[in-house]
Amino acid sequence: MSQVNRLREGGRIDRARRLNFTFNGKRYQGHAGDTLASALLANGVDIVNRSFKYSRPRGIVAAGAEEPNALIQLGSTEATQVPNVRATQQALFEGLTAQSTNGWPNVQRDVMSLVGKLGGRFMPPGFYYKTFMAPASMWMTYEKFIRKGAGLGRSPMERDPDIYDHLNQHCDLLVIGAGPVGLAAALTAARTGARVILADEQEEMGGSLLDSRETLNGQPASQWVAQVLEELAGLDNVTLLPRTTAHGYHDHHFVTLHERRTEHLGETAPLAAGVRPARSRLHRVRAGQVLLATGAHERPLVYAGNDVPGNLVAGAVSTYIRRYGVVPGNKLVLSVSNDHAYRAALDWDEAGREVVAIVDARPAPDGELVEQARDRGLRVITGSAVLEAKGSTRVSGARIATIDTATFTVTGQAETLACDTIASSGGYSPVIHLASHTGARPTWNDEVLGFVPSLVKGVHAAGSARGIHDLAEGLADGMAKACEALAELGKSAEVIALPQVEARREGVACALYQVPHEKPTLRAPKQFVDMQNDVTAAAIELATREGFESIEHVKRYTAMGFGTDQGKLGNINGMAIAARCLGKSIPEVGTTVFRPNYTPVTFGAIAGRHCRDLFDPERYTAMHQWHVEHGAEFEEVGQWKRPWYFPQSVNGKQETMHEAVARECLAVREKVGILDASTLGKIDIQGPDAREFLNRIYTNKWAKLAVGRARYGLMCKDDGMLMDDGTTSCLGENHFLMTTTTGGAAGVMEWLELWHQTEWPELNVTFTSVTDHWATMTITGPEARNLLAEITDIDLARDRFKFMDWREGKVAEVPARVFRISFTGELAYEINVQANYALHVWKTLFQHGEKYGLTPYGTETMHVLRAEKGFIIAGQDTDGSVTPEDLGMQWAVGYDKPYSWVGKRALSRSDTRRIDRKQLVGLKPKDPTVVLEEGAQIVFDPDHAIPMPMVGHVTSSYYSPTLQSGFALAVVKGGQSRMGQTVYLPMADGKTHAAEIVGPIFYDPKGERQHV
Amino acid sequence: MSEQTANWFNLYDARPDTEVPAESPLAWSYQNSGRPSVSQRSRVVLRERPMLGHLILRGGAIVLDEAVRRVLGFGVPGRPNSLSQDEGGERSIQWLSPDEWLLIVPGGEEFSLESRLREALGDAHYAIVNVSGGQTLLELEGDKARELLMKSTPYDVHPDAFPVGKGVTTVFAKSNLILRRPTETRWELVLRRSFADYCYRWILDAGREYAIGVEA
Amino acid sequence: MFHIYCPYCEEYREEEEFHPKGQAHIARPADPEACTDEQWGDYLFFRDNPRGIHHELWVHAVGCRKFFNITRNTVSYEILETYKMGEQPRFTAEYPEGKPDEQVAAEKVAAEAAGVERQEGVKA
Repeated sequence: MSQVNRLREGGRIDRARRLNFTFNGKRYQGHAGDTLASALLANGVDIVNRSFKYSRPRGIVAAGAEEPNALIQLGSTEATQVPNVRATQQALFEGLTAQSTNGWPNVQRDVMSLVGKLGGRFMPPGFYYKTFMAPASMWMTYEKFIRKGAGLGRSPMERDPDIYDHLNQHCDLLVIGAGPVGLAAALTAARTGARVILADEQEEMGGSLLDSRETLNGQPASQWVAQVLEELAGLDNVTLLPRTTAHGYHDHHFVTLHERRTEHLGETAPLAAGVRPARSRLHRVRAGQVLLATGAHERPLVYAGNDVPGNLVAGAVSTYIRRYGVVPGNKLVLSVSNDHAYRAALDWDEAGREVVAIVDARPAPDGELVEQARDRGLRVITGSAVLEAKGSTRVSGARIATIDTATFTVTGQAETLACDTIASSGGYSPVIHLASHTGARPTWNDEVLGFVPSLVKGVHAAGSARGIHDLAEGLADGMAKACEALAELGKSAEVIALPQVEARREGVACALYQVPHEKPTLRAPKQFVDMQNDVTAAAIELATREGFESIEHVKRYTAMGFGTDQGKLGNINGMAIAARCLGKSIPEVGTTVFRPNYTPVTFGAIAGRHCRDLFDPERYTAMHQWHVEHGAEFEEVGQWKRPWYFPQSVNGKQETMHEAVARECLAVREKVGILDASTLGKIDIQGPDAREFLNRIYTNKWAKLAVGRARYGLMCKDDGMLMDDGTTSCLGENHFLMTTTTGGAAGVMEWLELWHQTEWPELNVTFTSVTDHWATMTITGPEARNLLAEITDIDLARDRFKFMDWREGKVAEVPARVFRISFTGELAYEINVQANYALHVWKTLFQHGEKYGLTPYGTETMHVLRAEKGFIIAGQDTDGSVTPEDLGMQWAVGYDKPYSWVGKRALSRSDTRRIDRKQLVGLKPKDPTVVLEEGAQIVFDPDHAIPMPMVGHVTSSYYSPTLQSGFALAVVKGGQSRMGQTVYLPMADGKTHAAEIVGPIFYDPKGERQHV
Repeated sequence: MSEQTANWFNLYDARPDTEVPAESPLAWSYQNSGRPSVSQRSRVVLRERPMLGHLILRGGAIVLDEAVRRVLGFGVPGRPNSLSQDEGGERSIQWLSPDEWLLIVPGGEEFSLESRLREALGDAHYAIVNVSGGQTLLELEGDKARELLMKSTPYDVHPDAFPVGKGVTTVFAKSNLILRRPTETRWELVLRRSFADYCYRWILDAGREYAIGVEA
Repeated sequence: MFHIYCPYCEEYREEEEFHPKGQAHIARPADPEACTDEQWGDYLFFRDNPRGIHHELWVHAVGCRKFFNITRNTVSYEILETYKMGEQPRFTAEYPEGKPDEQVAAEKVAAEAAGVERQEGVKA
C-alpha cells in the first residue's frame, strides 16, 4: 500500500530508509524517523482503535504523550507483547508489529459497537456500577465479558526476553523537557559547571522547535537545537536523556525517569558485542533543584462527533506536516479560539492541500497569523465554531454556525462544509502533572486560560509550563529560572546569549471549551471530553445533576482522566463543563490533581534487575556448599536459606519429607545429629554496664551469671509481650555474647540500640553484630560427647563442662567456643568457630561421625525436637500478644529485680492479669495419627451453633516419631488451668478433631537427658 | 577458666595456628556462579581481598586516636565518612559512626593488634570486636566501575560527592555494605559474609555489559 | 522517598537507609511502678497525629545506626530540621517559623551539659 498522505518533501524523516511494519495484520511501509502514528497517517489509516466503553471507531488525535486513542498492543510474539503503547510515542522500526488495543473481533467491524450505538443513553456514567452490581456473586462472570469487550491491552503470558535496570542519579539541576525553554535552561546551568540532567520524552530533543515556523538567529529553529545539543553533549557535567519520560515526582525532589533505550530499535533489545543491553532503564534521580520545561498540551474543542476519525488537535496537524512530512487528510476545517492554532492551516495550505475554512470563535481576530492566513486567501469565518462533525468512520463534513460563548448558544443558521479533517484548538494547558505530584495544588489563571503550577521549594517552572507561550519570552524565562534555581543552591550563573526571535503580534484568545449545539447537551450527539475513558459532556452534566458538585467526585463518577490518560486533553474541558452546569467558575469547581505515572511505565523498568535470582537477597552460611552437595531441601527463614531436611535415597527412592524427618529425629534421640545453627543472631556486648543493661532488657536475672556460664533469656517489649528469646553467655566480667532468633537478629540489634541511645545513654555498653563472624554447628544426641571428644582438646567430663557452661579450646585444630546449650533436650554442644574455618570443622566432624551415626538434620527436625520439649519459637508460638506468664515461663521472670525492666510494669496491668488470657499448652490429639493443622481454631463445644466462640489456636504441630503420635502446642483461653480437658478443632473439610489439653513438655519432662 | 577470661573481656584468637583449609565468603560463589575472566574488553575488574583482619573499634575518638596512633602509627579519622590509611595502604581505619571505626589489616595481624590496642587503652572505656570471619573486601576498578555502582547504590558516587578518602555504609541492591574509595581508581566494597553471594551475583549481572572480569 | 540529613553523618542520605520509629520525645516514666494503669497505657499506646509540624524519631539503620529526631510537616512532608538525641527542636507547633535565637542558644547549652554528663563514661 502506498503512503498516500506522505508529502514529496519536508519533515525530519530519512526518506532513504524504508521500514516495513504490520498493523492489525496488514503490512505497510514508513520511514526511519516516523512514529507508528505518523506512518499510519501517511498510509491513510483512519481507524486505529475502538473506544473503551462505546466501541466507537477512533483515529489519531494528537502527536505526543497526550494521545488518547491510539493505544496499541505491540509485539509479534507472545513474549514480546507490550500493552497500551501510544502509537504517537513509538518510533517505527523494521518489522514492527502492532494491533489495536480494543476491538473484538477487529477494529473495522466490532460487535461491541452495537452496544455503543443502541447504547448511548443506556450507558450513563456509573453504568457498570449500576448495572452489574447485583447479584454480587455474578460480578466475576460479568467482569470477564466487560474486560474482553472493553479491556485495555493484555500482558504477555511468556517470559520477557529482555532485561531492565535502574540507575541512581544525582544532580544539581534536573531539567525536564528539551524544547526551547528546557534547552535555554540547561545551557545556562551547564555553563556554570553544575551537574545537569536534561530529560525529554521524545525521540529527538528540541520539542516545539522541531516543527516550528520560527527562525532563531535567522536560521531554521532546528539548527539552533543542534548547536545547543552539541555543546551540551560535550560537557562532562551534563547528562542528556532523550526518549526519557519523567513520570513521577516524589518527595524531596526524587524524580523517576523512564528511559526507553532500545524501543526504537526493535521489539527486543539488539545485542551489543554479544551482550543484551537493558531495554529500558529507570533513572532514580535525586535532584537539588528541578526545572519543569514541560510545555503545554493543546486543548481540543468539545463538539458533537468530535471523536470521529479525522478530528485532530490543531498543533498535531502542524507536527505531522512539518516533522514527518505527512498531511493527515485532504480538506481541512480548522476551528479555533486563538491565533497560534492558525499554524495548522498555514502548514496545510503550504503542503498543497485544501483549507476549506478557518472557523474562529472570536468576533474580530486580528493577530499576525490571522493576517497571514487572510493574505493567502484562506477563508476565515469569525464568531463561529464547528458544532458537529459529520461522518462515522471518517469525517465527511463540519457543521458550523455563529455562536455566543457568553450565553452558550448557537446564534446563527448552521452551514455544513464538506471536509475530511477537522482540527481544533481551544487553547493551551500548561503540563502541570509533575508539579501536581508534589502535592502542590495548581491555580487557575484567567489570562492563560489554564491552570498554572504551584511550586514547592526547589521546583521551578518555565515557559509554556507556566503559561508563557511566546517563544522569545519562553527562552528568556528558561534562562532566568535556571539562574534562580542555581542561586538557591548557592551557585551563580551568567546570562547566556539567547537567540534572536522575530517578534509576533498575537491577538487575545477567547475562552471556549465546549461548543454549544442546537440541542441541549443531554440530547445532542455525543460530545467527547475524555476519549480514552469515553466520557462525554452529557455524562458530566448528568453527574452534576445527580448531585456531584466537587470536580473530584465528578471525576470518579465519570472516570474522566483516569488510568493511563491522566486527563491530558480532557480535564480542563471537563471542569469547564462542570462549572457551566453548576453556574460556577472553573476555580470554584476545584483544582485537579494528577497522579503518577504521567504515562505508563513497564513493569520491567520498575523491577529493573531486582527479579528472578536477584529478586531478594539469599543469605548463606559457611556450610552452604556442603548442604547443597548433600541434597538438602532448603527453607527460607528471613532471607536465610536454611537446610529444611536432608532427603536420602533409600533403595533408589528419594525419601519424602516425612520419612526424612522421622529418620533425622530418631538419629538425634538415639545417636547424634548435627544442625547448622549459624543463622542465629549473635551480638557481642562489651562495657562496664553490660550486665546492668542485660538486667534491664531481659525479663530474667543476670547479676550473678558467672564467666563461663550461659543463660536463657526472654525479651519483652514494654507492653509486656514477648518479642525474642535466646541464650546469652558471660565471656568476661563485662563481656557477653547474646544470641537471638534467626529472624529477629536485626530487630533485636536495633532494639538494644534504641534503649541505649534514647533511654539509658549513661550506661557504658556497646553492641556489635557478630552473626556473620561466627559459624555455629550444633551436635546433639547421646553420642555427641563421644564424637566431640575425638577432635577437641576441651575437657568434656560431665562435671567439668556442665549443662549451660561454655568453654574455649580447639575443635579440629580450629579455635572454638563450645556452648553446652540444648534446643533438643538431648546432650548438645554448640560449636562456634570463625566462619572461614567452619567448613573444615564441619567436614572433620563427619570424618569422625560415621561410627556414631552422625546425621545432618534441618529446621523441620529441629522444630519437632524442640516442640517435643515444649520449647517455644518466638514469632511462631507467640505473636506479639503473649506474655512470659501466658507461656508459663514465670521461672524466667525476675519479679524482684531492682530496676523496672522492659515489660515489667505491663505485667500488672488489668488486661495482662486476666485469668482467661490465651495460655500456652500442649495438645494431644485423641487420634494419634492426626497431625493438627497449625493455625487451626480451638473451641470448647463442637456442637455450638455457628459462629462458635473460638478460644485459641494451634501454634506448632508435628508428628513425633519418638512418641509415634501427632502432638501440638497451642494457646487456649485459661489453658493452664484446663489440663486434662478436651477441646475440639473443627476443620474446613467438615471433620472435627478432638484433643486433650496437656502440659507443653511431651518428652523427658524432667530434663534429664540434656544433663547427662 | 582460661587465663584471658579473668579479665573483664574475653580476648580470643580465632585463627588456627596450624594449616587448616579456609574458605572466603565467596568460595561457594566462585564455584556456583563462576569467575568471568578479565579480558581486553573488561571495563570493570573485580578482585577479592579475602582473609584480611577486620576489627570494630568502639569508644571516644580522642582516647582511641591516641592508642591507635601509638600502636599503628596513624590515627582514627575524626570526620564522618572518612578513611585513613597507612603509607602502603595496607592498613586502614574508617569512620562508621561517632563512636565506631572499622580497622582493616593484613590477615593474621588482627589478634596481636587487638592485644596491643587493649594494652594501650588500659582502663579506658572502649570495645574491640574481631569480625574478620564475618566480612570480606572486594576491589572494583575500571572506567565503568562508577556506572556499575550507580546501578547498585543510591549513594552519590560522583567524584564531587565521593572523593578519594571517603567511606560510607549504604544500601547496595537490596542489601547493604561499606563502600570506600581509597585511591583515584579503586573502589572497595566490604560485604557481610552471608550477603556476599547475593552481592557477587548482582555485580556480575550488572557488570555483564561492561565485560566484567574477576581476578583470581 | 525522603532525603534526610543525618546529624551524625553530617550529610543527606536516602530514605532507604533509615527506619522511622514513631513519635519523638516519648520519655519512659522514671518510675514505672508508680504509674497508674492509665498513665502507663498512655505511655505505651497513645500517640499524636497532628496535621502540620510533628517530631519523629528515626534511626540511620543502614549507616551510623544512630537514633535522631526529625521535625516534619505532615502535610507538605517538608523536613524542617533533624537533631541529635538530647537536643530540642527549633521548629515546633508553637514556633512554626522557629524559636527565637536566645531560646535556641539556651536550650543548646542545657543539652550540651546533659550530653557531657552522659558521655563522661565514654571519654574517661
